[in-house]
Amino acid sequence: MQTVLEQIDIQNYIYLSTILFCTGVFGVLYRRNAIIVFMSIEIMLNAVNLLLVAFSTFHQDAQGQVFVFFSMAVAAAEVAVGLAILVSIFRNLGSIDIDNLKKLKG
Amino acid sequence: MPTALLLFYILSAITLGTAFLAIYSRNPIHSAIWLVLCFFSIAGHYLLLNAQFLALVHIIVYSGAIMILFLFTVMLMNLNKEDEVHKPRVTRLVAVILFALMLGSLVLIFSQNQTVSDVYSTTGEDYQSIKVLGYVLLSENDGFMVPFEFASVLLLVGMIGAVLLSKKEKTTTK
Repeated sequence: MQTVLEQIDIQNYIYLSTILFCTGVFGVLYRRNAIIVFMSIEIMLNAVNLLLVAFSTFHQDAQGQVFVFFSMAVAAAEVAVGLAILVSIFRNLGSIDIDNLKKLKG
Repeated sequence: MPTALLLFYILSAITLGTAFLAIYSRNPIHSAIWLVLCFFSIAGHYLLLNAQFLALVHIIVYSGAIMILFLFTVMLMNLNKEDEVHKPRVTRLVAVILFALMLGSLVLIFSQNQTVSDVYSTTGEDYQSIKVLGYVLLSENDGFMVPFEFASVLLLVGMIGAVLLSKKEKTTTK
């Protein structure tokens, strides 16, 4: 029986992750809603995670999956703090349009 | 066409389509729901790559915890479709152009380069069951014990920070 990565070339996973990452970048550039920008960042993180798992399977090494585990933990913490910041911004300004967030302009 | 390749194509189409819809849809709640579908299909990719533990953790963490956080925040803010204004046309055009340029150059780079170890061969050895992963993560000599503990400290600090940030202040000026 053929293994999975013999049937699916590793190049295919590289292309999929690339397109997914670029979709995330596009979301960050395209939208004004800060929550959607956060979601795009999650998409980018997921693209990288997927590539890490694919290469971990390719090299038959479990360490890539451990990295994915840590990146998930960091993403969870980041989302919790980021959304709390967004909530307090919304409470103060009444909108989460990122074009309005110019308080920190130098 | 092999079954795994067919599955890969179907899952990839779902992943990319829902990711794009999540970015494109006007209503933030619709975005969150599309994103849940996207995360589930990524868990399907993990299952396809035989990483069962990560697929489970991914469903629990992303499709469960993070998406509930997003939905709570969206509902807390009570955003209407009316105050959702698109960016000015120039910015959107530049975003599309940058997206196309980045995608094109990255795909070009990756298509010009072959991976270092070209042939994939399997030894039949079990290397990604929960047992092996736990050993890699927590073994005493060459494991990831210290980063693991730091991750738990990070999550605790993040939790406390989130509570402190979203706490209502007693002496608000408004």
